[in-house]
This record gives sequence, C-alpha cells and structure tokens, in this order.
Amino acid sequence: MSELKTSFIGIESPNPFWLASAPPTDKAYNVNRAFEAGWGGVVWKTLGEDGPPIVNVSGPRYAAMHGKDRSVIGFNNIELITDRPLQTNLEEIAQVKKDWPDRALVVSLMVPCTEEAWKSVLARVEDTGADGVELNFGCPHGMSERGMGAAVGQVPEYVEMVTAWCKQYSGLPVIVKLTPNVTDIRQPARAALKGGADAVSLINTISSVMSVDLDSFSAVPTIDQRATHGGYCGPAVKPIALHMVSDIARDPDCAGVPISAIGGVSNWRDAAEFILLGAGNVQVCTAAMTHGFKIIDDMVDGLSRYLARMELSSVGQAVGQAVPSLTDWQHLNLNYTVKAQIDQNLCIQCGRCHIVCEDTSHQAISARMNGRRHYEVVEEECVGCNLCVTVCPVENCLTLRTLENEVDLRTGRMIKSEEKIQWTAHPNNPMAAPDA
Amino acid sequence: MELIATAHNGPAGIAAARLGEEDCRHNFCEMHSPLEANGARVEAERCYFCFDAPCLEACPTGIDVPGFIRMIANHNPAGAAGLILQENIMGGTCARACPVETLCEHACVRNQDDDRPVTIGLLQRYAVDQALDQDVNYFSRASDSGRSVGVVGAGPAGLACAHRLAVMGHSVVVYEAREKTGGLNEYGLAAYKMLNDFAQRESRFITSVGGIEIAHGKTFGHDFSLADLRDRHDGVFLGLGLGGGNTLGIPGETSAGVEDAVDFIDRLRQATRLSSIPVGKRVVVIGGGMTAIDVAVQAKLLGAEDVTLVYRRGPEQMKASAKEQDFARIRGVTIRFWAQPESVVHQDGSVTGVEFHVTGGPDGQRRPPNFVLDADMVFKAIGQAPQPLAEALAGFKRERGRLVVDANRLTSQAGVWAGGDCIAGGDDLTVSAVQDGKLAANAIHETLSAGGTD
Repeated sequence: MSELKTSFIGIESPNPFWLASAPPTDKAYNVNRAFEAGWGGVVWKTLGEDGPPIVNVSGPRYAAMHGKDRSVIGFNNIELITDRPLQTNLEEIAQVKKDWPDRALVVSLMVPCTEEAWKSVLARVEDTGADGVELNFGCPHGMSERGMGAAVGQVPEYVEMVTAWCKQYSGLPVIVKLTPNVTDIRQPARAALKGGADAVSLINTISSVMSVDLDSFSAVPTIDQRATHGGYCGPAVKPIALHMVSDIARDPDCAGVPISAIGGVSNWRDAAEFILLGAGNVQVCTAAMTHGFKIIDDMVDGLSRYLARMELSSVGQAVGQAVPSLTDWQHLNLNYTVKAQIDQNLCIQCGRCHIVCEDTSHQAISARMNGRRHYEVVEEECVGCNLCVTVCPVENCLTLRTLENEVDLRTGRMIKSEEKIQWTAHPNNPMAAPDA
Repeated sequence: MELIATAHNGPAGIAAARLGEEDCRHNFCEMHSPLEANGARVEAERCYFCFDAPCLEACPTGIDVPGFIRMIANHNPAGAAGLILQENIMGGTCARACPVETLCEHACVRNQDDDRPVTIGLLQRYAVDQALDQDVNYFSRASDSGRSVGVVGAGPAGLACAHRLAVMGHSVVVYEAREKTGGLNEYGLAAYKMLNDFAQRESRFITSVGGIEIAHGKTFGHDFSLADLRDRHDGVFLGLGLGGGNTLGIPGETSAGVEDAVDFIDRLRQATRLSSIPVGKRVVVIGGGMTAIDVAVQAKLLGAEDVTLVYRRGPEQMKASAKEQDFARIRGVTIRFWAQPESVVHQDGSVTGVEFHVTGGPDGQRRPPNFVLDADMVFKAIGQAPQPLAEALAGFKRERGRLVVDANRLTSQAGVWAGGDCIAGGDDLTVSAVQDGKLAANAIHETLSAGGTD
C-alpha cells in the first residue's frame, strides 16, 4: 500500500480525493459527514457577494442520463451558487477547518467582475482560516447570464485580470477553475498562469440540455413547462475532461502548472488516469451524489494498492506518467500494424463482431464455417480498427495482435518492428519533410 | 412463493376440499412473477442482439427475438408485441407455456458467458400482455377475397390458421366440438400457467380481427363430415388435436381412481372453485412429459399429501426438462426413475396402489424385485392417441394414426391441410401447432389466390 498523503500547492490532505464545489459541500453538516467518511478535502460550494441570498428554483434542478439498470451515466444541474447567507457559510467554514485541521478546505468564490467585490470577499475568506480559494470561472448556467462563472472563464483577459486581483488582495493559494465551454482550453489556462494562479482545476460542467419529455414536448428538467440549459457532468464527461487536462499538461506554456482534475471521477481507476495525465489531485461530485460519501473507501484503497503494484511510493510519483504517450496524430507510427484475433474457446458466437464489421467496416470477420456458426478474422481485410474488440461482450475473447516481422496480408507489406514512419515523413504526404 | 402446507389434509381416498379455496388460489399463483416495465428493460439490456440469432433459429415460429427485445429495451413494448404476434399470434400463451429452456433460452449465447440466458419467455409475456392490456390493434383484414375456408378445431393450430386466413381476406368458419375456444390452451395447460382466463382473452383478441365465425358444439365425423366441409368451403384445415389418452395395457387399469391426466386437468381448468376438485391423498402419476409434471404439481397444489411421479427411464430421457422436474420437486412432488407399472393394485374395484418393476438394467431390462406404491388416485400421463379419429380420417395417408403432411402442411388429399397434434412428426407443443396453422394458412392462401380448390 502506497502513501496517499498529498500536498497540492502547499495544501496538505491525507489523500488526493477532494469533494468538488457543489451541493455535497454546501454546509457544515455535509462536509463534516464527508470528513468522517474519510475524504481528503473539500472545495466549499461557491460563495457569492454579501447581500440578499441567491434564489434557486424550487422545481427540479437535476436530471440524468441513465444506463443499464438505471445507473447514472450523465448528470446535469441548473442549481446556482450557494443560496445561504455569506456570513453563515463563513462561520461554518471557520468551525469546520478548526475541527478538521488535517483536511484540505478550499473555498470556491464567484462575485461580480469588479476589483472591489473580489477584494472584499477575499478578506473575509482569509479570516476563516481556509487553506485556499478556487475561482469559479466555470458554471455555464444561471450565473453566467449575470456576467459571472463561465462568462468570465470564456474570456482569457478576464481570467487573467481577476486572478491577478486575487493574488494581489490575498495571501491564500489561488486555484482557477476552468470552464470546458471553450474551443481551446489552453487559452484560459495560460491566462490564469499569467494572472499568477497557483493551480488550475478542470473541468467545470458542460453546457447541456439533458433530454426532452416526449409526452409534454418540454426540455428536462422542466420548471413549470419551461427549461433552461444546465451543466453536464458525471462518468460521461470523463473523456472530455481527460483530453482537456492532458492538453494543459502537454502545453509548454503551462509547463509544471499544478492541476486539480475534475470530470467524471467515479472511482480510483478514474482518479489514477487523471493523475497519470498530469493531475496532482482529483475532485469528485457526481459519484458522491449518486452513491453517498462511502465511495471514498474504495477510492483510497484502490489507488493505494494500484500505486504499490506499479512500484510508485506516492501520488506525486505517478503524476504525469502518461503525458509523454500523448502526441499529435501526425507523430503516430504509421508502420505499426495489428490484426484482430478471436479466441475460439472464449467465443460465445453472438456474431456481433461479424455484423458490425460486415455492415459498417471492412468485411473482415466471416460468419460461417462448414455451415455452422463460426466467427473468424479475415486477415486479408482486417485493418486492425478495434471495432470488433469494442463490441465483443466477452472480455479477452477478441484481442489485437501486433505484427512483428511478418507480412501484412492486407497490404502485402513486410512489417518490420524497427521501421517506424510518421505522417510528417510519409511518402504520401506532399508536405513531408524528407529528414523528419 | 410459499406453498400452503399440504401434509395431512383430509381423509384417505379421493376427496374434495383438502385445502380451502383461498389456499388453493394461493398455491395456484404465477409460476414466475411477470416483469414490470423497468425490470423488463433491465433484462432486455442483457440481450446481445446477436447476428443471425440462435434464439430466433430455435423458435418454431421464428419470432425475431433480438428484434423484439431491443424494442422493449427502448421503451417500445407495443412494437415488440407487434413483432412477436406477426410470427406467432399466440405469443401470449407461448410465453407462458413454451418449454423455453429447451428452445429459445436454451440457444441463448448468454448461457455460455454467464450461465444465465436472457429470460426471453418473460420478456415476450411482458410485451404481449402490455399490448393486450392496451388493446393495441395490429391486424386489419385485406379486402374480401370471396373465398371461404373451413377449419376444424379451435385450438392453437386452428385459430392460428384462421387468423392468418382472415387477415388475408378469406372468410373462415371454425368448427369446434366444445363450448369454449382455445383447445388445449383452454382445457389442457396447467391452471397455474394460464391464470386469469388467459386462453379466452387471447381467443377474443385473435377473433377480433373479424371474418372468423366459430361454430361451437360441432364434432368432426359426428355433426359434419369432410364431404360437408368440401361442399361448404374452398379449402379445409384440420386442427383436430388427438382424441383420448393412451392406455397402459396392464391389469387393474379400469379400477376406480385411475384416470387419464388430460381429463383431470380439463376438469380442473373448468372448475369455478379449485377446491371442488376431488384429489387423492396419495397420488401416483405415470409418465414423463409436461402433462405428467402438470398433473402431479396440480394434485399437490390441491392438497394431496403424497405425490409420486414415476417414469420408466432416467432424468435425461424424460421429455419434461430438468427445469420442469425441479419445478415439480420444489412443489413437493417425488420423482422416481427407472420403473414401469406392472399392474394396478385394487380392492373392491378401487385402486389401492401400483406395482412397478424396475427397468434400470444395462439394456433397459427389468431388475427384480418389484415394488408397490400405495395410492388412492393414479394418473396416466403417457400421451394422447389418435384412435378416436380413425374412422373420420379413413381416407388419409397416416402414420401411427396421425395425418401425414408435407412441408406446407398439405395432407394426402388435395384441398385439405392439417396441423397441430393430429399430424405425424409433431412435438405436441402449442408453439409448433401455431406454426403449422400459419404455414398451412400461407399455403391455402397461395392455392386459393391461384384459383385452386373449390
């Protein structure tokens, strides 16, 4: 079992699992329960400026995309930032930090884009003894209509400006939470760094319309026959989050920036993937909102055992290990060749591999042999696309075999393992640099 | 389900009301709880939507099983029922009575990967029940062809044939000896498989398409002849079923208390009060098919104290599947293999037991000594015989009494088709009878359309 204690931009926590700024961290009651369950830290649900509290809808604020057995695959919400008075939140934050000194307690903030508003709230947060602040430049619904949240995160100049104010008026570490609702995530990340951010966290939720009620002709969640777009999260967004996290991790202009990864982290495996792609810790919300806080047990145990199995003694040693594997398409080895292969002992003869290949791909899996159901790869046609492996319901029945020093029956070419060729140097590429 | 205790219920001999009516109703509950909407979708998601699916090949009526299951998964049970009924108008009964563990579910590839097939039967029932509940209309008749077909027997074969012919625009008269429509669906399947008068419900659905007249109380060879049918109609379909039970051919067989299982089930199915059906305290069932299981289980559910099913060969040879054997055992039936009845033991004209010899020798030969099972009621469940039809069918080519038909279910006589239990080579299943009726209807339609057979 490896050590999970982490120090993220100087903020220590017993494990790298923080609860993201969201309903689970809206008040002391929930946060105390989370810490009792074993969570390493929380980002307290976003505080706004002092004044009349935020008003939330009293109709449904969540909706979900369900998978088999009604498992929650995707989730969206139209909830705003905290709707409790600022002073109440600040008092609870101070008390919780006092009660749980070993846990990370970061406070999420979202106030209007004026220097005075940020200056004022930062001072009051600093008084609570919190470990840091996270700037909510991400929420895509509701608050963005009022010029906050994603409305700031989508303009790199604003990101830089507000980040700079926060560094100027507070000694607390500053994490900038980014919105994925942009074309190139590196732009706001670079802006945050320019403004002096200590770290970035991503992704916030994705603008989404969850579904449409087919009987009432109204989008969902429906508030008195009307609906609005919400923020999408949960397991379904993980691939998007992985891409954005790795884009920042790979960006020379962002080199070394600490990343707190968010987006569909449901278990230790998801967390490990984000860490390998450059995250220093992870934040979780949807998984807790669908199963409760107890999921932390599996996360902690699983990640610790995984690190030990990989002979990594700490989370820090794992951070970014998979980043070098990511490159641009043009740098992939076009000489690398695989063929699908079917383990006939495991094959249950459902024929899914055959029909998807036959109908939608390369006609590379035959369906019959001597008049009987029998599925076999036709290597002369197989391009190694992985579609059959993807649809095969039996684990390890269909796999890909790498050709090494043998002839590719499809192209007739001898595949030599030591010969690698990238598009940049490929003879078919008119732009190829001869010596690339 | 928990069975109401069945030990020491009432006197020796044959008696009614061994259990109260309420307890009987409790015991005759659903064999499998029907699926509700979400449960059905979850189960439907287990289907791999196989290419050239083995379950489809295994279904005698060729229902597009993956197709209908996918519709259930996608919240379209009405569409699913449409696919089912298109191939099998008795999809509702088959979902309840088919030995799926030897047909579609046996073929399911999920037996290979997680040892549990998709529960195709329950899914089919879910879809069809939904459709019947919601009165979905699937069939409309083609314009009147002006041709008429006479169908003998309102059982699965006859009704399936009549329905398809009616859809294709022909007028159909179904001649039925008994008071009710449905044949063995109404009179022969176990009561716990066909709860809530399902056979009648399904019959009404089938005939609601129009163009089908059912003439009850008309017995073939008694009230009308083949010549009459040929006179009145342009084509004839015989879905006669079989006439009566086989005999054991052993001494004492005619003693009081020895009864054919089919007759007992018939009485039970028509009883308003289950508890009014007299049943023995100690019951012996002879046979190895589904009827043997059905009668043994029902005797037990009525409160018989001791029910033993005796089969002359082993569990693998038994026509009732291992699942059905287990089903009977769970309900308290004892199954004994490798024993054949030698004589019915009786006293004062009433049965007191059955003497068996053991058959389990290497070549199936008997192995002494014999043994006797005490019994006050004995059921013969050794298949039905075509003998009573011999006279009426004298002019047809037959095989062991049953009608010989071709692939289109045409008999040896032009213009006369046949299907269901009365034809040779069948397997005594509702689903096969439906397929016979369907194939014959297609062939009749083709013949009539070409101007043939008047």
